[in-house]
Amino acid sequence: MKKLVISIVLLNLLAACASQKPQETTAAPAPAPKAVEASTAPVEAAQVDPLNDPKSILAGRSVFYPFDVSAVQDADKPLVQAHAKYLSENAARTVRLEGNCDERGSNEYNLGLGQRRADGVQKMLVLGGAKTAQLNSISYGEEKPRASGHEEASWSQNRRTDLNYAK
Amino acid sequence: MLKLLSGVLGLLMLANAHLACAALSIEIIGAGENQIPVSLVPFGGDQTLGLAINEVVSGDLQRSGLFRLVDATGKSPHEPAEVKYTDWQLRGAVALSIGTVGTQANGRIEARFRLMDVVKQVELVGQAVSANDGQVRAVGHRIADLIYEKLTGNQGVFSTRIAYVNRQGKMFSLLVADSDGYNEQIVLKQNEPIMSPSWSPDGSHLAYVSFETGHAAVVVQSLYTNQRKVVADFRGSNSAPAWSPDGRQMAVVLTRDGSSQIYLMRPDGSDVRRISFSGGIDTEPNFSPDGQSLLFTSDRGGSAQIYRMPVEGGAAQRMTFEAGTSYSPRHSPDGKSFVFTHLTGGRFFISLQDFQTGQMETLTEGGWEKKPSYAPNGKLILFASEARGRGILATVSSDGRVKQHMFTQSGDAREPVWGPHL
Repeated sequence: MKKLVISIVLLNLLAACASQKPQETTAAPAPAPKAVEASTAPVEAAQVDPLNDPKSILAGRSVFYPFDVSAVQDADKPLVQAHAKYLSENAARTVRLEGNCDERGSNEYNLGLGQRRADGVQKMLVLGGAKTAQLNSISYGEEKPRASGHEEASWSQNRRTDLNYAK
Repeated sequence: MLKLLSGVLGLLMLANAHLACAALSIEIIGAGENQIPVSLVPFGGDQTLGLAINEVVSGDLQRSGLFRLVDATGKSPHEPAEVKYTDWQLRGAVALSIGTVGTQANGRIEARFRLMDVVKQVELVGQAVSANDGQVRAVGHRIADLIYEKLTGNQGVFSTRIAYVNRQGKMFSLLVADSDGYNEQIVLKQNEPIMSPSWSPDGSHLAYVSFETGHAAVVVQSLYTNQRKVVADFRGSNSAPAWSPDGRQMAVVLTRDGSSQIYLMRPDGSDVRRISFSGGIDTEPNFSPDGQSLLFTSDRGGSAQIYRMPVEGGAAQRMTFEAGTSYSPRHSPDGKSFVFTHLTGGRFFISLQDFQTGQMETLTEGGWEKKPSYAPNGKLILFASEARGRGILATVSSDGRVKQHMFTQSGDAREPVWGPHL
């Protein structure tokens, strides 16, 4: 009982709401797939890291999926390929690939599915020139939802792999 | 208040008991088919303790769904000589619990309990039950176990414990509590996810998944010393720990060689060897009571279903064929059936399937119901549910007739698992 009281004091917020920090919007990965490519990147790389350019395709850091699917969808392939190219040209950069799922399924199954999503992105990055040593794929399963509702609007946000670059 | 409500139980269809307590509230829905009418007289001696014990015993017996509590108002025998059997026969009770309770000089609570057969007019069982200062609920659970065992012939589970995870925002707690959800103790609290607690067969340790190292790793923790050891921390995800019935082996799910596959190892993390070889996700292994086979979840056939395979590895047999997908299988203690989570039509149900007939029975109404686990006597099933927008713990009797919701004070309760007899 005492411990319970302590836990209530410490855990002040009843969080029935999403608690992830705000990141890119869903729309970010999709637009302008072929805007920034090979010809401009090396020139700019000397001055500005394109990773920090909000207009670059590299500003998109999330790949989204249909339900119970782990293959990178066509719409997101240019994004993953751009990151592969960036990583191949910036060997010092490392990125953690974090697979996530919606809450349908068991959380252990979803842990496996999220891992498969992250591993799929990793495979595509390696094919595009990134080194395995730059990549670390993990899964959060359904444990860290970005949106907490029991409906497709939330679920579609939660079915994703995040590319989380080390600072 | 509880006793007043109990008196109305003859109405049979709906019994709602709200136990006033800071920790949680409990709702009981439904009733068993053949309920045993029993009357509980609050113990004499220290009346405060007597009433506290009575509340625990009443709650336990009602939750089982197997008992109808007969009002004891106005009569208060505490010794066999004080019992007028005709009183209780008129009220329709077949058994009567009486006794006294007091606190000894060393602070221990000691109750002397007797269960009387109202029809045969004999004592069925008499026992002194004692516990440390403040452990009045433990005394109540023990007495409820004695009543349950004497009147049903099955071992009681009221003195056992459960483990579950509470999520509040980004804060995760691993908790152990009495079987009724009270008396909870924090085993671990951190701002990274905790998943899949699993009891060692002797109840001394919990294995679970923790993200404290930045990804899913399997940890084993002693409940006596709180000593913890990370036992699986390979590349990717390490998860779904399950103990063999003899406690010498653990099945875990690793992604170190690719997709999620099942491995065996010792509970200290040594001697890791792979036993499943599919290209898909194989997860949630659960040992049969004889230790010979595993049930697990796999999407090898295109969608998540339950499979069974020998522990030493080898061909897997698909067990579930209903529409939808199935997850989280757990064997019944007698090994004759298993419970699992069934997702169909966008809703999660707790279902039970008989090994021999292959027939599936749905035990719940459906909603967000996940992770069923049997009480060690096989009569109740604990699972995670949702009500009023929050994750809660729930139980259903294995015949599906009696359901109970346990609301913790705050946060989302999830991942419950019933512990063994101690």
